[in-house]
Amino acid sequence: MHLSTSPVRFLPAGDTALVVEFGDVVDRTVSDRVIALADAIDARAVPGIVELVPTFRSLMIHYDPLQIEATDLQTAVEPLLDGKGSVSHRARLFTLPVAYGGDFGPDLAEVAERTGLSPDAVVQLHTAVTYHVYTLGFLPGYPYMGDGPKELSLPRRESPRLRVPMGSVCIAFRQAGIYSLESPGGWHLLGRTPVRLFDIRRETAVLLAPGDKIRFEPVSHDTFRSLAEQAAAGHLDIRPSGAPA
Amino acid sequence: MSVRSVAGLRVIQPGLHTTVQDLGRIGSQRLGIPVSGALDPIALRAANVIVGNPQGMAGLEIAVLGPVLEVATPSVRVAIAGEGARLTVQRPDGAQREVSALESIRLVEGDRLRVAAATVSAVAYLAIECGLALPPFLDSLSTYVRGGFGGVEGRALTAGDVLPLAQHEAASRQEMRLPGMDLTPASEIRVVLGPQDDYFSAAAIAAFLSTPYIVTQDADRMGLRLEGQRLEHAKGYNIVSDGIAPGSIQVPGSGQPIVLLADRQTTGGYPKIATVASADLAALGRVRPGMALRFRSVSVSEAQAARRALEGRMAGLAGNLVAVRPEGPDLERLYDANLVSGVAHAHDHATWRHHP
Repeated sequence: MHLSTSPVRFLPAGDTALVVEFGDVVDRTVSDRVIALADAIDARAVPGIVELVPTFRSLMIHYDPLQIEATDLQTAVEPLLDGKGSVSHRARLFTLPVAYGGDFGPDLAEVAERTGLSPDAVVQLHTAVTYHVYTLGFLPGYPYMGDGPKELSLPRRESPRLRVPMGSVCIAFRQAGIYSLESPGGWHLLGRTPVRLFDIRRETAVLLAPGDKIRFEPVSHDTFRSLAEQAAAGHLDIRPSGAPA
Repeated sequence: MSVRSVAGLRVIQPGLHTTVQDLGRIGSQRLGIPVSGALDPIALRAANVIVGNPQGMAGLEIAVLGPVLEVATPSVRVAIAGEGARLTVQRPDGAQREVSALESIRLVEGDRLRVAAATVSAVAYLAIECGLALPPFLDSLSTYVRGGFGGVEGRALTAGDVLPLAQHEAASRQEMRLPGMDLTPASEIRVVLGPQDDYFSAAAIAAFLSTPYIVTQDADRMGLRLEGQRLEHAKGYNIVSDGIAPGSIQVPGSGQPIVLLADRQTTGGYPKIATVASADLAALGRVRPGMALRFRSVSVSEAQAARRALEGRMAGLAGNLVAVRPEGPDLERLYDANLVSGVAHAHDHATWRHHP
């Protein structure tokens, strides 16, 4: 399947944003095209463009409607679609401790039931994969990750929760995420990490970047509590352990 | 540096949810950092114009219940904007005066300012001449409470805060008011269909554009959950997350739309049936639970034309200012003009009510 040649769609998101959609699936080829277009636009400083938000499968271009017409913006962007993007994925691997189940992962039991697996098997599958950070979004420093195990693929909850605790490790379909702040949210919560993905006390408030690799390591609920105390005091220093194989 | 240790405006009562907001934190959405900013940027801009500030300067956004502030600096000039909002100024001797919305007033040390929140609009804005001396985060003073950054320590005001001011004495000039502002909440909202209108049945689009949607109690700076005719998805309600624009209207599995406002997330995974025209965002930021909204579809170019017309009016706002007639006397000016003190006091008694 050659997704890189699938037709690009320009979709209006009101009169201040334009979506350039490369596909509707989570796919590394699609993601690379999104990043390549963002890089190409960044390199040119197109007048009227306010900021770019690259996502899994589309680039949202926020623009100033007083400076540029939507149709002119599309005309300005179209020639940049064929540019060969050299996406330099950084090879950083972060191993994040996770307390699974119980209050930390209130959906673990339900995910197990709906997938016909035991909770332990769900944890095993979830920790067996090295995840790829496609993009950041939804919350400050929230990593959208793929590609999780097929066996755990479930649609989102029908109605989002109003409050999901910070650090919650979650899945939907084959995507994975970590709530970098308390927030409403509709994904299934398997566990919680004490690591703070967003902390304005740090020099770089946002921990992760697109291209990073993530693994999850199960820890006891007691270990979580002690690590969470260190994190609250600003002493939990998580560093990448180098390039994954 | 603690905000409690410097001179400025002391918070006696914080109000229900008073936050510092400007026109938003632009340029960091790719890190997942929301734009935030005033729910009603038109009212904030109007309030700023009245006190002589640039339109985008940060002010206080006031919701539901207003704060009580005490002046802990030689003098300061302020104005409130928001449909149904007003100020009550109490002097240390007990004298009291009401000031209408969209009118500036100069306060002196010891004065207490009681802000009556907007009664019609959901929000009101207090602009302060020359603004607040707070540290920006990523080039903005807008408070994002969920993230704990911006404004005063990333939170709503609490009693005991002292808001540091950029200047310690108000400029010597006449008070101004700004007539002719329409700051009423919206009832009809223009929308551009998409980007995922193809995820909905034709019947759902027709219902969305022809039946009213009521604002529920789940209404905050992030968005408004609406309730009305259920919107059926034609292709399911899960999409691979993509970008969210200001005023995106997403529809989760419940079929009830959610309009995303200032503190919206940068990306999301529910189909978005439509996006509010940018010219109508401020009026949408004013709506309160229980109000009914109707959506009307316009093209992108119609929405852009509406925004251009709005910005044309906003650019000329300072030209609409009129001087407040000296029934609200500027005592210093009268003294400066060598008027006898009796005249000033006569005015004083005319406008400042004394309570026993």
